[in-house]
Amino acid sequence: MSERITKNMARNIYFGGGVFAILVFAGLTMDTVGQVPKLSKSENITESVAHGKHLWEKNNCVGCHTIMGEGAYYAPELANVFERRGGGNEESFKAYMKSWMASQPMDVPNRRKMPQFNLSDKEVDDISNFLIWTSKIDDNEWPPNIEG
Amino acid sequence: MKYSSQMVAKPYFIFALVLLAGEVLFGLILGTQYVAGDFLFPEIPFNVARMVHTNLLIVLILFGFMGATYYLVPEESERELWSPWLAKITFWVFAFAGVATILGYLLVPYATLTEITYNNILPTMGREFLEQPTITKIGIVIVALAFILNIGMTVLKGRKTVITVVLLTGLLGLAVFFLFAFYVPDNLVLDKFFWWYVVHLWVEGVWELILGAILAFVLIKVTGVDREHIDKWLYLIIAMTLISGIVGTGHHFFYIGTPGYWLWIGSIASAVEPLPFFLMILYAFAMEKQRRIDHDNKIALTWAKGTAIIAFLGAGVLGFLHTLAPVNYFTHGTQLTAAHGHLSFFGAYIMILFTIISYAMPIMRGRLHGNGVKAQAVERRSFWMMVIGMLGISLALVIAGTMQVFIQRVGVDALGFMETQAEIVPVYVVRLGFGLLTLLGLLTYFYSFFVKEEGVK
Repeated sequence: MSERITKNMARNIYFGGGVFAILVFAGLTMDTVGQVPKLSKSENITESVAHGKHLWEKNNCVGCHTIMGEGAYYAPELANVFERRGGGNEESFKAYMKSWMASQPMDVPNRRKMPQFNLSDKEVDDISNFLIWTSKIDDNEWPPNIEG
Repeated sequence: MKYSSQMVAKPYFIFALVLLAGEVLFGLILGTQYVAGDFLFPEIPFNVARMVHTNLLIVLILFGFMGATYYLVPEESERELWSPWLAKITFWVFAFAGVATILGYLLVPYATLTEITYNNILPTMGREFLEQPTITKIGIVIVALAFILNIGMTVLKGRKTVITVVLLTGLLGLAVFFLFAFYVPDNLVLDKFFWWYVVHLWVEGVWELILGAILAFVLIKVTGVDREHIDKWLYLIIAMTLISGIVGTGHHFFYIGTPGYWLWIGSIASAVEPLPFFLMILYAFAMEKQRRIDHDNKIALTWAKGTAIIAFLGAGVLGFLHTLAPVNYFTHGTQLTAAHGHLSFFGAYIMILFTIISYAMPIMRGRLHGNGVKAQAVERRSFWMMVIGMLGISLALVIAGTMQVFIQRVGVDALGFMETQAEIVPVYVVRLGFGLLTLLGLLTYFYSFFVKEEGVK
């Protein structure tokens, strides 16, 4: 195959193809950035949601959990935990979260351990609000079922 | 060795290998925690071990890339390195920053680390693979700039070859895309979208240019094939890489809140991604067949061919397995992703480092024709132990991921995450066993450096 292609042709394919791919990707990026506010309902990102995301990062939650399928695969998916553990009810989800976070690490031998993060009630509420907002993002109907 | 400044590569290679040992060790800790959830808790929780594992991987690859660059650029440019002194300084700065960061992960809780490094001034921490304190990230940028300055000046003042131009393009891309690590918007979707600009465009974009350049350099040296011929292959491979890989970023935009057209675009573009890796196999074997010299360093060529094959299996085959949107709907965020990640990183980036180290290290140690027969035989054993170990790990993870899909995500009586994981434990035990084999292979590799024998005449 390579006998029919000269080095100059190969170089042109590289530069031409590379530039073309970058342009296509840049165009799609601009369109995506324009659509994300609507798809993610960004008007609902309150101060509490933003702070919840910051706490999510500060405690490296993604080091064990996934969120919308990304992260580590050691602990459950959390983008839909609002539905799974809170039944879609904000009050019961926040109550669940407070008792869950307070009871870590659970004293069950051999079970994977979640550390105690010593968060205040307000901080846990912020994380809950972040997870509630996340659960409402239009992510093409993922995950396949409630188990995440 | 033609230029004395090539010697600066040596500490980079040695340090990369030391970090690799740490990386594998923490991999074994993680593998054990998959089997016994209590293991090392609360001293080293899973997330901490994982950060150390993945960050060591990234840093060791960067050290390896820098070592490879410092070794091959003077020889390609036919002149001494612009500033060997700067290369030595950046080694110590980067090594210090790397070790300090890893110690930070291990010694204090992550939340405390964010506070003592003033993450709140410019928050960039707490995202997968980009967990480094902001100050470390700034350090990485400074080291990268000094490195690129040094290499850029050497290339510009010397002979320009396709290899150095491609390498420099890859290194520039590496530095530019890393800047997206500093962009952390409040909107999780945008955050994730641009996070991939670092992660995907590194490993499935610019890093492949660096890989291609290093592979081309070693192939020229050990096969003696005409440079014009190698250059043509290099261009074709990296052309396919960029054309499929850049738009192929879209295979990460299926289910994270980005528009639906990515389901199509990502699937189609990334279906082409195995092609450059397949070309790489054809290329490595064709060059061997057309070789004009019989180099005494046989093991370097073995690593080169191994790189092409395992990278194709890991990045190409295991990637394609779950890259189409309808399949990924079920496999997204399962152990299948981990399977693909392990074999592709090992095949593409760890094996290319073994390739260049196997070629360059003996020369830097005064063995111009490669290590002796005995040492090469030991190294060949380590090659097979590590390759079989990593194939075993990846295959076990493919099985684990498949079980996860069928137990947790399909059917009416699906089990929860934790119950599903309990079902998979026997597979994780097998994975851990192959992990031990990989470590044993790495130790054998280290031993090959100390096999006493005169260099082949």
